[in-house]
Amino acid sequence: MQHDVVFSGFGGQGVLFCGQLLAYAAMDSGLHVTWFPSYGPEMRGGTANCTLVVSDDEIGSPLVRHPSCALAFNNPSAEKYEALTEPGGLLIHNASLVSHTFTRTDIRAVPIHASEVAAELGNPRLLNMVMLGALLQLTGVLPIDAVESALEAHMSTRRPELLALNKQALRRGMSLAELAAA
Amino acid sequence: MIAEQLTEEIVADRPQALSTADTHYCPGCTHGIAHRLIAEVIDELAIRERTIMVVPVGCSVFADKYFEVDAVVAPHGRAPAVATGLKRVQPDKVIFAYQGDGDLASIGTAEIIHAAARGENITVVFINNAVYGMTGGQMAPTSLVGMKTTSSPFGRDLKTMGAPLHMSELIAQVAGATFVSRRSLHSPAEIRKAKKAIRRAFEVQLNGQGFSMVELLSSCPTNWDMKPVEALRWIETHMVPVFPLGDLKSITPKNGLRGI
Amino acid sequence: MTKQLLKGNEAIAEAAVRAGVDAYFGYPITPQTELLEYMARRMPELGRAFVQAESELAAINMVYGAACAGKRAMTSSSSPGVSLMQEGLSYIAAAEVPIVLVDVMRGGPGLGNIAPSQADYFQMVKSAGHGDFKPLVLAPASVQEAVDMMALSFELAEKYRTIVTVLLDGVIGQMMEPAELPPMQPRRDTAPAWALTGASGRPKNGIIPFSLYAEELEVYNQRLQAKLARIAAAEVRFREYMLDDAELVLVGFGTSGRIALTAVKQARSLGIKAGLLRPITLWPFPERRLWQLADEARGFLVVEMNAGQMVEDVRLAVGGQAPVKFLGRMGGVVPMPDEILDAIQKLDKATRPRPVIGTIEGPVAPLRHPISVN
Repeated sequence: MQHDVVFSGFGGQGVLFCGQLLAYAAMDSGLHVTWFPSYGPEMRGGTANCTLVVSDDEIGSPLVRHPSCALAFNNPSAEKYEALTEPGGLLIHNASLVSHTFTRTDIRAVPIHASEVAAELGNPRLLNMVMLGALLQLTGVLPIDAVESALEAHMSTRRPELLALNKQALRRGMSLAELAAA
Repeated sequence: MIAEQLTEEIVADRPQALSTADTHYCPGCTHGIAHRLIAEVIDELAIRERTIMVVPVGCSVFADKYFEVDAVVAPHGRAPAVATGLKRVQPDKVIFAYQGDGDLASIGTAEIIHAAARGENITVVFINNAVYGMTGGQMAPTSLVGMKTTSSPFGRDLKTMGAPLHMSELIAQVAGATFVSRRSLHSPAEIRKAKKAIRRAFEVQLNGQGFSMVELLSSCPTNWDMKPVEALRWIETHMVPVFPLGDLKSITPKNGLRGI
Repeated sequence: MTKQLLKGNEAIAEAAVRAGVDAYFGYPITPQTELLEYMARRMPELGRAFVQAESELAAINMVYGAACAGKRAMTSSSSPGVSLMQEGLSYIAAAEVPIVLVDVMRGGPGLGNIAPSQADYFQMVKSAGHGDFKPLVLAPASVQEAVDMMALSFELAEKYRTIVTVLLDGVIGQMMEPAELPPMQPRRDTAPAWALTGASGRPKNGIIPFSLYAEELEVYNQRLQAKLARIAAAEVRFREYMLDDAELVLVGFGTSGRIALTAVKQARSLGIKAGLLRPITLWPFPERRLWQLADEARGFLVVEMNAGQMVEDVRLAVGGQAPVKFLGRMGGVVPMPDEILDAIQKLDKATRPRPVIGTIEGPVAPLRHPISVN
C-alpha cells in the first residue's frame, strides 16, 4: 500500500497543517510516512504545498512527480494538478474557489464545496478539515478514527472547543465526498 | 653584623608568564615590550594558570613560545571569534587576543567589531605599527597618508588608498565595548601608561564587564627602514598626532557596570 | 521511546543537544535556518553556549575556539556559507580539534537557489579547505538516520580528533518523518589532556597548527595522513538494498539514494535485477565493496543531484570492470523515480548479453573482467 498525496493551495488555508495531521495519524497507526513542504521564497509568493507519502513499506522518494491523489485548495492548484495527477488518480478540489474546467478523463476530479461548508460551520479555517475528510472518504488511506485521535494528540490544546469543530468538519467532508462520488 | 645587612633583594625579574625563549623579533621592535607588559600584568593579577592567549597571524604568530600560558593560533583576523568560542564555554578563564593592524584593522574588521558589539568578555591587545610586518612591509589600513611601503611605493595616496583607519575610535563607538584605550610604546613614560591600560583591560574582563581593547602604537624599524631609536621618535612625531593617545572609552563600576 | 514526527533540521539539532553538544555557533542561511533557530531556544535553556555569529567565517572560528577548550562544538550551514567556512575548516583540520559541521546543501554555483542539491560533494569530500586533509563525511538519507548520526559524529570526531561533516540536502532538512530521538546524554565534565583550559598544575598547552620548516611540516603531514588512513580503514559505512543477485547496481547517497530505491523496486517489479548501494560515509568511500560488486554486475548507474561528482569515485572504484552510467539533475531539481527507472531500463538493454544466433545453447555468459578481488 502506498499513497502519494499532494496538498496545494494559498498560504493561510491550512494546507501544511492538513498534511501534517495526516502524517501524524499515519505515524500513530504504525505506517511509514514522509511530509515534505515547499519552503523559502516559494512560500512567500503566497502558495503553499506539501507532499505526503504514506506506505506500509520503507519509503524511497519523499517527492512525487505524479501524485495518486491531489488536494487542490484553490484554482491555480487545480490547474497545476490536473496536469500532474497520475492516470487513474484522484483530484479533490475546493469547488468554492475553483472555476477551472477539467478536461482529463483518465483522472477523477471530485468537487467539494469546502470553503462554503467551513463558513457554514462558523469558521472559514475549517476548510482544510473538510478537504481532508473528503480525502479519507475517497481513498481510505486511513480510518477517520486515526485522524481524530491524531487531532486530539497533536493539536494545540489552547482552544479545546476547536477540536469538536474540527471533527465535525472532517465528518462533513466525508459525507460530501460520499455524495459527490455517488 | 654588616654581612647580615647585605641580603640580596631582587628588584626586577622575568615575569613568570614570560618564557625563557629568545624572541625572533627584529632589533628595536616593540613586540617584546608589549609581551613583557602583558606578562607583568598576568603575574600581578595572578591569572597565569587560567589565561589562554589567542595568537594571530603576522609577526607575533610565534608569540605562544614567549608566554607561559595556553595558546592557540587563529586564522588571520579571526582571533576575536576564536576568543569568543574559548570564552563562551569556559567563562571562568581569562581570554586575550593579540592582534596586529593587518589582522585587526583589515582582514578581521568584522570579527573585532562584532566581538565588541556582543560585549564579549575578552581582552584584545592591538599592535599598531602602521605596516604589515611579516609579509615584508606592505601598506596597512593604519599606514599614514604619504607613507611609503612596498605596496604603496609612491606613498599612501589619499585619493586611491584612503586614510588610516582609527580602530580604537571605531570600537569606542560600539555600545558593547567597556574599555578602549590607545597607548604608545615609544618612551618609558608612555610604556608605564600602556601597562596601566593593559592592567585595566584585564581587570575589566575579571570583573565580567565585557569587551576591552588596548591599542599600542608600536615600531617596526625593519620595514620602516629606520634605526630603532629613530623609529621610536617617528612614533612620537608622526603616529601620535594621527592616533591621539588616551582612554577613548572607560566605563567603570561607578559610571556603569559594562558597555552594554 | 516512541517515534515523533520531526523536521530534519530540528531533529538534528535536538539529537546534537542530546549527544551533549556544549556550544553551537551559526549564521542564518536557507535551508538550514531551523537548526540555528532551534539551537537559539534550546541551548540557553540548558545553560549551554549559543552565538549567532556575524558571518560563517566567525561562526566556524568560534567553533574552533570552543573545540580548543575540549568542548563538544558544532555549527551548521548551507553551501555558500560552507564556502566561507573553508578557511576555518582547514585550520581546524590542522589543529586536530574535533568538531561537527552540518551542511544542508542547496543549489549552486554562486547564490544559486535554496532548493535541495548535492552539488557540494566535491567541496566537502575532495576539498573542504586548502592543504591535504579530509573531513569524515556522513550522508543521511532519512530523518532517523540524521538523528542517529549526531552522537556518532561527535564520537568519531573525538576518537580521531577530526572534522566530521553531516552532509545532507534541503529535502532531508525540511522534511518531516517519524523518528526516535535518543535519550539525553550527560555532558562530559572532563577536558582532554590537550585542551586549552589554563596551564594550572601542568606545562602550558599550545594548539599551534603551523611550522615554517618544510621538513617539520612534512612530518606533521605524514602523521595526519596516517590518521586519515586509519579512518579510511575503519570507518567505511554503507547500506545495501537487493544487491544479493543484482545485475545492475545503482549508487546514490542521501536523498538521491532513497529516490533511487523507489526506482530499484519498480525495476524489480518489471523483472530487472537491480539493487542499490547507498554510501553512508562519502569519505571514506565504500570503494572496496564497489570493486567487489563490479565483479558480478553488468553495469552501474550513479544517481546524484549534481553534474556528476560521486560518479568519479564510483568509476575509480569499479576500475573499468563494468560500464558506469550517470543520471544527474542540477540547480535544485530532484530526480524522480520514473526518470531513474528509464535509465535503469536503458542500462539493462545496453548491457544485456546478446543471444548468439543459430546456436541452441542460448545466451552466452556476459564478458567479465578477468581481475577479481583477492
